[in-house]
Amino acid sequence: MSVTLEVRNLRTHFHTRGGILKAVDDVSFSVEQGQVMGLVGESGSGKSVTGFSIIGLVDPPGRIAGGQILYRGQDLAKISEREMRSLRGNRIAMIFQDPMMTLNPVLRIDTQMIETVQAHANVSKAEARTRSRDALGMVGIPSPEERLNSYPHQFSGGMRQRVAIAIALLHNPDLLIADEPTTALDVTIQAQILAEVQKLAAEHGTALIWITHDLSVIAGLADRIAVMYAGRVVESGDAASVLDRPLHPYTHGLIGSVPSRNKRGEKLRQIPGMTPSLLSLPPGCAFRTRCARATAACGQEPPEESPETGRMVRCFHPMEAVSA
Amino acid sequence: MFTWMVRRLFQACFVVLAMTVIVFVGVHVIGNPVDILISPEADQAERARIIANLGLDQPLWRQYLYFLNDAVHGNLGRSFVFNEPALKLIGGRMPATLELAVTAVLFSICFGVPLGLYAGLKPDSFFGRTVMAGSILGFSLPSFWVGLMLIMVFAVQLGWLPSTGRGQTEVLFGIHWSFLTWDGLRHMFMPALNLSLFNISLVLRLTRAGVRETLPMDYIKFARAKGLSPARVIFVHVLKNIMIPVVTVVGLELGSTIAFAVVTESVFAWPGMGKLIIDSINVLDRPVIVAYLMMIVLLFITINLVVDILYTVLDPRVRLETKA
Ligand SMILES: Nc1ncnc2c1ncn2[C@@H]1O[C@H](COP(=O)(O)OP(=O)(O)O)[C@@H](O)[C@H]1O
Ligand code: SF4
Ligand SMILES: [Mg+2]
Repeated sequence: MSVTLEVRNLRTHFHTRGGILKAVDDVSFSVEQGQVMGLVGESGSGKSVTGFSIIGLVDPPGRIAGGQILYRGQDLAKISEREMRSLRGNRIAMIFQDPMMTLNPVLRIDTQMIETVQAHANVSKAEARTRSRDALGMVGIPSPEERLNSYPHQFSGGMRQRVAIAIALLHNPDLLIADEPTTALDVTIQAQILAEVQKLAAEHGTALIWITHDLSVIAGLADRIAVMYAGRVVESGDAASVLDRPLHPYTHGLIGSVPSRNKRGEKLRQIPGMTPSLLSLPPGCAFRTRCARATAACGQEPPEESPETGRMVRCFHPMEAVSA
Repeated sequence: MFTWMVRRLFQACFVVLAMTVIVFVGVHVIGNPVDILISPEADQAERARIIANLGLDQPLWRQYLYFLNDAVHGNLGRSFVFNEPALKLIGGRMPATLELAVTAVLFSICFGVPLGLYAGLKPDSFFGRTVMAGSILGFSLPSFWVGLMLIMVFAVQLGWLPSTGRGQTEVLFGIHWSFLTWDGLRHMFMPALNLSLFNISLVLRLTRAGVRETLPMDYIKFARAKGLSPARVIFVHVLKNIMIPVVTVVGLELGSTIAFAVVTESVFAWPGMGKLIIDSINVLDRPVIVAYLMMIVLLFITINLVVDILYTVLDPRVRLETKA
């Protein structure tokens, strides 16, 4: 399998009044063709900013301060805006968290779809319309021909997210970044959409980055998992082994706080404390203030280590090392 | 839609009726035209004859009923001064005011929208800040003073533009228009600019606020994530959202622009309704004043109605609500 996207040591910083906010600080991961990569972490850990960095849409005052974003070997952090635009919505697509806000309320669905087709394909309006209709049908929207003439407010939240997904998949992208697309939806619709996106991505060999704050959402779906904490990837590896044998105390805590994965009779564990402010991170390991295993050594920056092939952890005292 | 229209028309009739009472009573409170109209040398019999002739010997309520009866038959009385039907008098002056007001409104869109767009897209730029500061002047400088300054600079000092009158007119549909000749346009430029200054500032600030509000929306980010060109994002996705409040306000302002033309017409000796009404107030020519005010009321009602309809055309969300 070929690597679709490889992110190396990505840093995205916001130059705010309060100082430099390192929303993404030395993040590395990769996704292969047809694979699903789960990017997990608490709210504010830098997941969305990572996604926007890849697609080149970081809002000012943020900018990519370092690292490489290799899409099929080409560094997206270096290419011109014009080149980036020809990839956006075409080879690399993104869907957002709140389906109520993703579609322009004053433009009809057909307008919003046809413009996307024509942005990247030199086709007639009629042809673009046909493709749009087919895409709507593909994501399970009934009577797509009529729905093309609707406005966003005439759809439910779940249906709007389907429309957004249809738009994102119009050009069969190589990479789809899904930024918590089901968080705002009902649980049943969540599961449906999740399954459908996975199916569509698998059919077209689309690499999928699924961002979520909820481990249980991607537990059964991701091939790989990267866990983010305070702008860093603290642990990554193939999904099964990360979930079964978490190495980082934070991942361990996350899994402990998911009811379904808990062993019977065991109490639900909560990670104590709060996410630290990114503007005033303590030196050393950012998880130190909440970590039961912290020692004096943790005042230093834990380096990325690979205790077994395909796994990475940033911790001086990883879980396995002790329990083994 | 139909019931809505009927209801609106019904409301409109009621408003007009209420206004006739207010206007009629109001005008009678201002002063007695007899003192101005009848020469002091006229003897008692002569006085009584003229008063009876003008219908001023009747009690106010009867005068009002006569007025109402005539009004229903399209007759708003004869001018005391010109001895001509008031409506005809006003109608003769109306094209001059209308073309001035419409040009002023066009100015406010042609200058206000692009300037506001720029100030909204580049709020920290020097030009953006200058535009915003200038708009405060546009709001606060008195119209007559700006008019005099325009005359001083462009007519007196530089001699570029004529300062008074409509210039050469051309007949279209049996009416004289200035905008059809080059000379007429030159005459119209300064008064129209003067009249539009307030509206330019208004539209500009409205547009800027709309841009600032719309840019951070998810649907704009999604539009960019689709790979659309910046021009398409701004001129379709952003502008379409902003046009709703702008069109509403500009439409509603057309009425007050016509009403406020009084000042500009006086400064530039523009022979429109405004100038006529000032002259009529000076000699207490009641029928003309009443007819003018009734025209303005009708105008406002018509404009409000048209704006409401336009609004439903522009904003798809409104349409649904009126249906429901
Ligand atoms: N436009 C911005 N300006 C300043 N800070 C931002 C901006 N966007 C995101 N951030 C900061 O970056 C950090 C990571 O945000 P985000 O990536 O949205 O987190 P999440 O993991 O919940 O998606 C947060 O601390 C947030 O405050
Ligand atoms: S480095 Fe230390 S503080 Fe950080 S997670 Fe590991 S044990 Fe805890
Ligand atoms: Mg997020």
